[in-house]
Amino acid sequence: MAFESLADRLQNTFQKIRGKGKVNEADVKEMMREVRLALLEADVNFKVVKDFVKKVSERAVGQEVLKSLSPGQQVIKVVQEELTALMGGEQSKIAVSNRPPTVIMMVGLQGAGKTTTTGKLANLLRKKYNRKPLLVAADIYRPAAIKQLETLGKQLSFPVFSLGDQVSPVEIARQAIAKAKEDHHDYVLIDTAGRLHVDETLMGELKEIQQLANPDEIFLVVDAMTGQDAVNVAQSFNEQLGLTGVVLTKLDGDTRGGAALSIRAVTQTPIKFVGMGEKMDALETFHPERMASRILGMGDVLTLIEKAQANVDTEKAKELEQKMRTMSFTFDDFLDQLGQVRSMGPLDDLLKMLPGANKMKGLNNVSIDEKQIGRVEAIIRSMTKLEKEQPEAINAGRKKRIAKGSGTTIQEVNRLIKQFDDMKKMMKQMTNMQKGKKKGGFKLPFM
Amino acid sequence: MSFFKKLKDKFTHQTDTVTDKFKEGLTKTRNSFTGRVNDLVARYRKVDEDFFEELEEILFQADVGYETVEMLIDELKMEVKRKNIQDPADVQSVISEKLVDIYQGASSASVDLNMQEGSLTVILFVGVNGVGKTTTIGKLAHRFKQEGKKVILAAGDTFRAGAIEQLEVWGERVGVEVVKQAAGSDPAAVMFDSLQAAKARGADVLLCDTAGRLQNKVNLMKELEKVKRVIEREVPGAPHEVLLVLDATTGQNALIQAKTFKEATDVTGIVLSKLDGTAKGGIVLAIRNELEIPVKLVGLGEKMDDLQEFDPEKYVYGLFANVIEKGTEE
Repeated sequence: MAFESLADRLQNTFQKIRGKGKVNEADVKEMMREVRLALLEADVNFKVVKDFVKKVSERAVGQEVLKSLSPGQQVIKVVQEELTALMGGEQSKIAVSNRPPTVIMMVGLQGAGKTTTTGKLANLLRKKYNRKPLLVAADIYRPAAIKQLETLGKQLSFPVFSLGDQVSPVEIARQAIAKAKEDHHDYVLIDTAGRLHVDETLMGELKEIQQLANPDEIFLVVDAMTGQDAVNVAQSFNEQLGLTGVVLTKLDGDTRGGAALSIRAVTQTPIKFVGMGEKMDALETFHPERMASRILGMGDVLTLIEKAQANVDTEKAKELEQKMRTMSFTFDDFLDQLGQVRSMGPLDDLLKMLPGANKMKGLNNVSIDEKQIGRVEAIIRSMTKLEKEQPEAINAGRKKRIAKGSGTTIQEVNRLIKQFDDMKKMMKQMTNMQKGKKKGGFKLPFM
Repeated sequence: MSFFKKLKDKFTHQTDTVTDKFKEGLTKTRNSFTGRVNDLVARYRKVDEDFFEELEEILFQADVGYETVEMLIDELKMEVKRKNIQDPADVQSVISEKLVDIYQGASSASVDLNMQEGSLTVILFVGVNGVGKTTTIGKLAHRFKQEGKKVILAAGDTFRAGAIEQLEVWGERVGVEVVKQAAGSDPAAVMFDSLQAAKARGADVLLCDTAGRLQNKVNLMKELEKVKRVIEREVPGAPHEVLLVLDATTGQNALIQAKTFKEATDVTGIVLSKLDGTAKGGIVLAIRNELEIPVKLVGLGEKMDDLQEFDPEKYVYGLFANVIEKGTEE
């Protein structure tokens, strides 16, 4: 499959022109072709790509890249900067009306994830802003859509306003707002039915709701996997309703998510939130620079770091650091570390977040065998306290016992001990290096 | 223009409502896609690099995958060279022919559903979230019911709020039984129950719904493998079809979806849903070309009978109706 990252693509281009010694305009054109393809593969709309490439190549030709010693890096830098700029800053503020309740309308195509997002948004409003939202079931068309919102409401203990599927959505919205005032809800979230942007009748219905409810926010909910059509959808909804924000859903998948860029470029509406999972707290603020890296296939290092920080126990890490320095790192500590890495989620997922991981030799297409880690754990657990603390004490007889106890072979035990020794040696080297430089604490990876 | 004539003859003699539906559903697709090809042809006096570059962009914008576009363009260039074509208008027919080639050529796999005569047919539906699995099942149940078959639906989406109820509403609408357990229960257990029920009641068709899942969630894909294993164990030869439902508005990720779901569940066919909504149909090309999974059904609207068999020729006809009609008049 042709899902290489931009970095890889540019690298290939450079191999071709390396012998020339100097990069000329034609070469820049060639590079821009790669940029263009990378964006198209990421589902960025072709018109948006065209404008974008034009802008970038102006900057590139305008000396910046040509003079640079590493034009490939320079191109990537320019591209990433422009992408980030195009996607705007972080804007996850939600409007507050001076005359409560604040009304938010959720709109979008079928299956984009409006109902789920409505639940998540209500959850966020309560958790982060201490608000009291009322959920409104205005999708009278899809079977059991009301039931879906009611179930979510029940799970999260939010009241859900519904009049069944025989009352018009406009009327539902009217009565819901009245009810919200009466019960002192400060937010009203209207979950509307999914509809095609070209469906005049149903788009008309949305306009009616809008006129009546006078919403403070209209959020377009868009599937991150949407292709070229994202532009038409966003433009159409924006022209007819005047969107105030976009929520990008299903971003926990492996799509590049170029739709984000297209929508932003076409509507100038900020992308406020992204859906990162099926759990009700999986609604996150949109980070333009991360999205830029993702679209370019450059890995999501920031998310990885965040994930690590959330999962690694700081106290333990400090203790470990101390141990490494004094060289008293034992198999017990190793086990601990393994456990912490694993708690960050499936290793495959973590790997994918590393830039270039899919290109690295041996790492591409290799799915990490979680069972292998399980075996390593079993081996360590089969050791006695003495063996864990002083691996050098493990003789042939002990190895045999450990292998038996863990259901593995002596070879596997040998391999682990060897790896452990290597690791210790490496730690020693690193600490020595550190000593020579400055006194600052030795930082573990993931810190 | 003999190619168009052949296609046209094939359809104009039939007062085929299906063709009309295709045309209707694809109006938007056609308007933009064909319109752009026509524009392109009108604008260029010469078949040169720029011409191909622009054609490439048209295909990209139709959500055709990168590799397919490259392949198509390369083949077109060869064809143009071989036949020494200078006039862009002549390329037009070559473009259409190549597209049909891709639709039809890739695999000999049948687009018909693998139905068991006189015994139970089990069809498993898989796909990511929000593509229209449950709706497709509802529509298909309606069709089988019309054909006089005894249909049972298995509510295998025990995860998403309201999913079981959604299938139940379809069951009531169509008038077929739905086998279910409580929300949150093991989908494999639901499948087991459903298979037992289907066997006991002598059903002709069992349509199995599953929860939407993103293809990169390893655990959820494993769960799906388990569901399939249960079906394999309980009914020899089943599932007779594993249908991957794909949203036609999806971009390049659809290919990864198809690939991953194929690995996990050995997908036998694709249902392309929401084709009435998107302005592009190019993803079909990419899917047919890059993965040899045939598209079997197409969702062209929200009504119960808006599910059609996928017929590559009809599809191309719908896509190129303007070109074809203009071409044969001349």
